[in-house]
Amino acid sequence: MTSLTINGRAVELDADSRTTLLDALREHLKLTGSKKGCDHGQCGACTVLLDGERVNACLVLFAGCEGQDVTTIEGLKEGDDIGAMQRAFVSHDAFQCGYCTPGQICSAVATLKEVERGDASAVTGGDQIELTRLEVQERMSGNLCRCGAYNNIVDAVMDAGGEPVDAEAGR
Amino acid sequence: MKPFQFIRPDSADTALDAISAENAKFMGGGTNLVDLMKLQVETPDSVVDIHRIDMGGFSETEESGLRIGADVTNTALANHPKVRKDYRVLSEALLSGATAQLRNRATTGGNFLQRTRCYYFMDTTRPCNKREPGSGCAALDGPSRIHAILGASDHCIATHPSDMAVAMAALDAQLHTRKPGGENRTIAATELHRLPGDTPNIETVLDSDELIESVTLPQPIGGTHIYRKVRDRSSYAFALVSAALVLKIHDGKIETVRLALGGVAHKPWRAAKAEKCLAGAEANDENFRAAAEAELADANSKGDQTFKIELTKRTIVAALSEAADRENAA
Amino acid sequence: MNDIIKGKWIGKPLDRVDGPLKVSGEAAYAAEHDIDAAIGFIVESTIANGSVSSIDISKAEKVEGVIAVLTHENAPKMKPWGDGADDRFQQSHGVLVDAAIRHYGQPVALVVAETLEQARYAAILISVIYDEKTPKLGIDRDDSELADGIDGGLEETNRRGDFEKAWGESDLTVDLNFTTPHMIQAAMEPHAAIAEWDGDRLTVHNSTQVIDWGVGCLANTFGIDKNNIRLLSPYIGGGFGSKLGQHYETILAAAAAKKLDRPVKVVQTRRNLFHDGPHRSRIEQRIRLGATKDGTLKAINFETWSTQAIGHPFTEGPMASAANAYRCDALHWTGKTRETNETINDSMRAPGEALGGITFEAAIDELAEKVGMDPLEFRLKNEPAEDPASGKPFATRDLVDCLKKGAEAFGWDARPKEPRSRMEGRKLIGYGLASAIRGNMMMEGSCQIDLSSSGHLTVRMDMTDIGTGTYTILTQIAAEALGLHPDDITVELADSDNPTTSGSGGSFGAGTSGSALWNACIAMREKLAKAGGFNIDPDGIAFDEGAMQAGDRSVPLRDVLKDSDGFSAEGSIEPGDEHDDYVQNSYGAHFCEVAVDIDTCEVEVRRFVSVFSAGRILNRKTARSQCLGGLVWGIGGALREELWLDERTGGYVNRDLAEYHLAVNRDVPQCEVIFLENPDPKSNPIGTKGIGELALCGAGGAIVNAIYNATGKRVYDLPVTLDKLM
Repeated sequence: MTSLTINGRAVELDADSRTTLLDALREHLKLTGSKKGCDHGQCGACTVLLDGERVNACLVLFAGCEGQDVTTIEGLKEGDDIGAMQRAFVSHDAFQCGYCTPGQICSAVATLKEVERGDASAVTGGDQIELTRLEVQERMSGNLCRCGAYNNIVDAVMDAGGEPVDAEAGR
Repeated sequence: MKPFQFIRPDSADTALDAISAENAKFMGGGTNLVDLMKLQVETPDSVVDIHRIDMGGFSETEESGLRIGADVTNTALANHPKVRKDYRVLSEALLSGATAQLRNRATTGGNFLQRTRCYYFMDTTRPCNKREPGSGCAALDGPSRIHAILGASDHCIATHPSDMAVAMAALDAQLHTRKPGGENRTIAATELHRLPGDTPNIETVLDSDELIESVTLPQPIGGTHIYRKVRDRSSYAFALVSAALVLKIHDGKIETVRLALGGVAHKPWRAAKAEKCLAGAEANDENFRAAAEAELADANSKGDQTFKIELTKRTIVAALSEAADRENAA
Repeated sequence: MNDIIKGKWIGKPLDRVDGPLKVSGEAAYAAEHDIDAAIGFIVESTIANGSVSSIDISKAEKVEGVIAVLTHENAPKMKPWGDGADDRFQQSHGVLVDAAIRHYGQPVALVVAETLEQARYAAILISVIYDEKTPKLGIDRDDSELADGIDGGLEETNRRGDFEKAWGESDLTVDLNFTTPHMIQAAMEPHAAIAEWDGDRLTVHNSTQVIDWGVGCLANTFGIDKNNIRLLSPYIGGGFGSKLGQHYETILAAAAAKKLDRPVKVVQTRRNLFHDGPHRSRIEQRIRLGATKDGTLKAINFETWSTQAIGHPFTEGPMASAANAYRCDALHWTGKTRETNETINDSMRAPGEALGGITFEAAIDELAEKVGMDPLEFRLKNEPAEDPASGKPFATRDLVDCLKKGAEAFGWDARPKEPRSRMEGRKLIGYGLASAIRGNMMMEGSCQIDLSSSGHLTVRMDMTDIGTGTYTILTQIAAEALGLHPDDITVELADSDNPTTSGSGGSFGAGTSGSALWNACIAMREKLAKAGGFNIDPDGIAFDEGAMQAGDRSVPLRDVLKDSDGFSAEGSIEPGDEHDDYVQNSYGAHFCEVAVDIDTCEVEVRRFVSVFSAGRILNRKTARSQCLGGLVWGIGGALREELWLDERTGGYVNRDLAEYHLAVNRDVPQCEVIFLENPDPKSNPIGTKGIGELALCGAGGAIVNAIYNATGKRVYDLPVTLDKLM
């Protein structure tokens, strides 16, 4: 039996030791918002927040999550409404087919937090970290989008992060 | 994925107890182990999850170096202030690898032990001496763009995929291990991995029940740190070739040089020949190229990866040139 | 011209109506419907040619939780592959019908268990002994036949004008051989299906671009009537051609569900999908071009050689990029193919022009350089007055406008005149351009709309939304036509119980389904006008803000509706004569800047400006997104994507998303997309043209041309990876 918290709710599940966090969510807990795109940590569609940090749920064994706190896309709503990052994704049309989107959004929420905290990325030159387009691009490169919504994803993250966005986006 | 027993010990001591079980395997972040278990490449009977065991984290060592617990995540290691300041090449190597999601999970110990990305190693229907000793090597005559150019054998041409370990090799890091019963030892990062020879299945000098507890970095040596990674896309790709470099120039001459290469061999490749050429030499493109030529003199490839010989030379020169420019500007 | 469209809703950058569902994870994709199903896991063949001589499932059957193992020895009866229809999408896709193996990765068994973990483990315990024959793989020019037609409606040969004469009259020529690699569509959602039977009635939830073809395929495979099949695909995690037809996961789920009499779910693994789904095959192209000294293009000859899978006729035609592009005295092409044991080869986003937009546009640049003309000037000079392939008139033609507008917006004047002449630090800088042309297709479709007495409109058809924004643009069309607010409209798609449409593919979806809906709305307007007591042509009545108004008479719809049972209307569309009488295309022009590292030859795409003309734009936001996506595909196609075939086995070695490189976020610069909005009444009643594939056409061409400008090196073997520039 594994006990943990998912989206603020206490959950207990007696899963096969082979069950990943992703399969537990999708196949056992009816939380299908987290997507399976590759099942090998190569696409980012399954990104969730584990104890607040983004991870690929497909590579995490569920049994190892004892006592941990999981936030999935379903947990990013604000009451009945979609959350701020979710709103930014809609208004910037930062998705098309929508399949990579929950992972992108979880990743985007983590990106803002990591920048705020001062975590570096591969494109961070000095010790000051700013929310530039290049920083967002590098930090969001762990989430593939085959529809090619990358420009709009960067816009959405910048917007949600309080940076001005000079985007056409049809407006 | 084969059924297995999942064990989550609460300390290094209990982990070492658990590892004595038949065909047991330590799991750090699991980013590589779970991946390979799904492919039936890894088939442990017990998985000993050491991901959340406290192995002491960071501390300054007596020699003013840095001690890193093996459970420290790649994210934490890359962002540690002393790593950012004094071991920048390590931070850059870590951040160039994988993605934030994977770095949040992957551990320092586990990163050293990640397995090759060879296509045939990951496909259990094909021959692979590493996965199944004696079965042959399907890579020798197949598509092999990502394979080795240095130190390979007729039995295996796989490469080690780590970025972190390349920087660790350049920085003369040391690993500290412990076995059930308390036996412990220290292994230089450059000596951890083996060349394939005729036993590519034996990848490191570690015993199967040996736990990496910590890694130490020696006293900082200053200089300009560069990790230059060349790959097929701008992010989220394994290195075709990478170079971890620390360079210090004094009066136009190279005072200190540490160079290790990634993506080229079965192990992080410390470029000792190039270092020897460069030590004390004038920092100019001619000498940089000569050093690269010397390091790659024994490079060998019959397959798709042949281009990596020239690419490695160019990468070395590019890293040295950039470092020299920065040194001279400083 | 359509005078009813005032642009109150059509054209507006409305947020996607399905957006909130998608960003909250509530949209249910194929594998996510709440049905208590057993789990199937596919065991794939490890040979490409031969047969299964024996298969041992005894160990697998003993695994806890395993319910059944299907093999060719015990699978429910299906028609042999290819039965029942001529077209590759509706023919039987029978699998496990016999022991024969046609391609690597073909399913040899399906394990069905209570859980995924059990099924996946049992699958590895199955041992198969094969009778293996040497697979026929790869292109062989001497062992190829003329294709039986080319995808997109092209003939396999074209012989307009006298090529030998025009070639002989040319002062300057190029004769170039290109290869384009095996690639894969790699939609983010792997193919998945949940199937269940109720007696003879089959219900399938899966991920399908064209519902009607899917029903046809299932009917032919299982030998049942189309009316006994319900296929649903409300949310589709990307298609790009890979979900035009039905694939093994669906057939096997249905077969297993039939055998077990309970619902079965089969989700393809990403690795299996590289072999079990369609891909794009490698193509060899020979392009010969001739021009006179003054830059007049005289002769074009475009030959291709490719492969096709056994029992799956499909030939991609890169020559499509040459068909309608530039004036010339002679335009010849030939498409040849070879049936092989390679995996299924089928459409991948913009089949034909995605490749020709790179190779042909590169060849044009090379010829322009020989002539000594700027590539922009050369293209402008060779603008045709009529279609070079057929001699027919163009319905519309604004390639020149696209090129000129793009050149200005990009700053083409500042292009380095000589190759390898501009450096910034240790990077070589180059500019490139290419034309974009994509055939504009219309198909047949019909639609049902119901306006309730409370004023809510429901739109029903079996059209799909593969991420293109169909739900949204159909909402906008109905809102515009009937004067309703989008909040008062529900669009229900992708259910085979709804009226039949073309589905999504070939960029024909919006025009076809949008026109069917438009015609239904026109019929509805007539009924409402009559009920409202108007005795004039309904086209003269303004439907706006929930009211009908003509002259000084205004009738709120609610007055007409409140005592009624609601109103229903149907509409349909088929391609008009204009699609035979005129050559119909969408157009565009791409301009890009690259930086190439002088040491390592890594290529960075720095800047993209693209101009598109695709008729009326239904939604400026989603249309722009489509175009941005096309540019990303251009980057991936030109620089990154290549599947490596292992010629010893017929399988692909880099069969995962770590080693098959899709472009990542950091690969893509901030792109500028400009629309020339020219509604085209010859295309359809709403004046739209296809846009989903246009932006991909030529995007890669602009990149390779910029790389040449930067480095002086032209790569004929795509993609342009760094090793080829060293």
